[in-house]
Amino acid sequence: MAVGPQVLEAAGPARAGRLNRLREWWEREEVFGYGLILPALALLVALVAFPFGMAIYFSLSDYWVGSPGGFVGLANYREILGNEMFRQTVQNSFVFTGVALSLKIVLGVWLAVLLARPLRFKRLIRGAVLLPFVIPTALSTLGWWWMFDSLYSVVNWTAIRLGLMTPPGPNWLGQPTNAMIAVIVVNVWRGLPFFAITTLAGLIAVPREYYEAAEVDGAGARQRFWLITLPLLKPVLAVVILFSTIFTFSDFNIVYVLTRGGPMNTTHLFATLAYQVGLNGGNLGQGAAIALFIFPLLGAVVFFQLRYIRKD
Amino acid sequence: MASAQSRAARLRSAAFTYANLAPFIFFALFPFYFMFVTSFKSNAELYNLKAVPFWIQSGVIADHYTFLFRKTDFLVWVRNSLLISVVATGVSIVLSILAGYSLARLRFRGAGSFGTAVFITYLVPPTLLFLPLSQVVSWLGLSDSIVALMVTYPTFLVPFCTWLLMGYFRTVPREVEECALVDGATRMQTLVRIVLPMAVPGIICALLFSFTLCWNEFTYALTFISQSANKTAVVGVTADLIRGDIYYWGSLMAGAVLASVPVVIVYVLFLDYYVSGLTAGAVKG
Repeated sequence: MAVGPQVLEAAGPARAGRLNRLREWWEREEVFGYGLILPALALLVALVAFPFGMAIYFSLSDYWVGSPGGFVGLANYREILGNEMFRQTVQNSFVFTGVALSLKIVLGVWLAVLLARPLRFKRLIRGAVLLPFVIPTALSTLGWWWMFDSLYSVVNWTAIRLGLMTPPGPNWLGQPTNAMIAVIVVNVWRGLPFFAITTLAGLIAVPREYYEAAEVDGAGARQRFWLITLPLLKPVLAVVILFSTIFTFSDFNIVYVLTRGGPMNTTHLFATLAYQVGLNGGNLGQGAAIALFIFPLLGAVVFFQLRYIRKD
Repeated sequence: MASAQSRAARLRSAAFTYANLAPFIFFALFPFYFMFVTSFKSNAELYNLKAVPFWIQSGVIADHYTFLFRKTDFLVWVRNSLLISVVATGVSIVLSILAGYSLARLRFRGAGSFGTAVFITYLVPPTLLFLPLSQVVSWLGLSDSIVALMVTYPTFLVPFCTWLLMGYFRTVPREVEECALVDGATRMQTLVRIVLPMAVPGIICALLFSFTLCWNEFTYALTFISQSANKTAVVGVTADLIRGDIYYWGSLMAGAVLASVPVVIVYVLFLDYYVSGLTAGAVKG
């Protein structure tokens, strides 16, 4: 309070000087640097770091929607690990990620190699191939849901007409193995363009002279691929694979729309199970604990990415 | 005379390429074609097991689309999606330009660690945090409002755009900036008048990706909103068009097709930016 009059007094002639000093201060590189990063940092602390801390707290407490409970230690984790549904989810997540990722790698590299060849309508073809990555996944998965319909499946209709299946054909979403296949197919369909286009960028960066030299030395197409293309693609592939690992492992949209984790929880992933337990069931503590099981893999991916970037 | 033999070899190689590409293109496009065809079929034909599903035999009808406009909140959902995408994208781009420039160009203690932190948040999948975020949203009094999405979408847009823009800012020659500073421009003026115009392709890329990511987002939009009038296009179609009876496939596909249109338009207009952004975001990251 006592400061009041003094400030008023000083406001006259000293004001310009103070403003100048403030301006000079703002022009200092480190001040300006911190100033510019502050808004983004505040957002990320408030809405990423803080919720992450909350997730950990939730997972250690008896927290239900509308009724914050007390600290219960590792009880949630103990309960989850003893739960058959959760064990099934762990298995599903690794099968889903492992199979989908392998398919995306093999098909993605192959597609990239094809796209790197001289093509007519190059832009059009690349545009078409990339489309599944651009359209909202939840909506395109609705299309797949219809294609896998138990009665009107176009897949079964075609296969039956071609004599490949006996009517009525497999029930895609109602039987565990089939449902897992369906979910993987859609994930590969949606993730393949990302693999192919990023790998293609890596392929185009390979100097042509390497291939020419190899051709002069009499290397066949296959040898050129294994001995030149693949080793040079390794850095790009490493990044793409790490990316895809975390986003396949944490997938939600496809499973939620296509199967809701069914039949009998055989397609649940951590994210969909966390949604079911935490939001549908209202058990935020256990839901958060389930979602946190994504974290170790995320940590591993971050570790490898950072090591790779440092090396770069 | 490049010889007939080499021409034949080239033809054979081209035939091989196209023959191998064809299944990929078919795989990529068929679901969209099938959704499109389904959305224009009469129910009688849709649910006739004898009819060929690949095309429309008994007349193209727009009933499923008129149903969307007359009997559902479809237009409200589209308006919500547009509002959310524009606001979240706008906020995120401004924050990302500031942060990206700072991290790419300015030297201050901790810049490297901040860069790493941004990169790590870029890798955090939304599904890891949606439960606690739903609580934060409710504490902020934003439950069941589109503002909740405008506030939370920047959490994944800012790391992505910052990372993308850092790459573009690094390509602006330092000398240009230094000249401007020597000439008496303030740092902010240098950023706005000198650096930004040179990073326009990067900014377009960031805008494009942000808009698409917002429009396509599903987990948060499903989790934070329950009232139909506040839903986004993607969640509205996915959650609200499925009715008790089974004869909803026509309108469901019509909704999916229409709700994809804005993204497709943006995509077709800016395909090249898309490809470069995708590769920059992943490969440089």
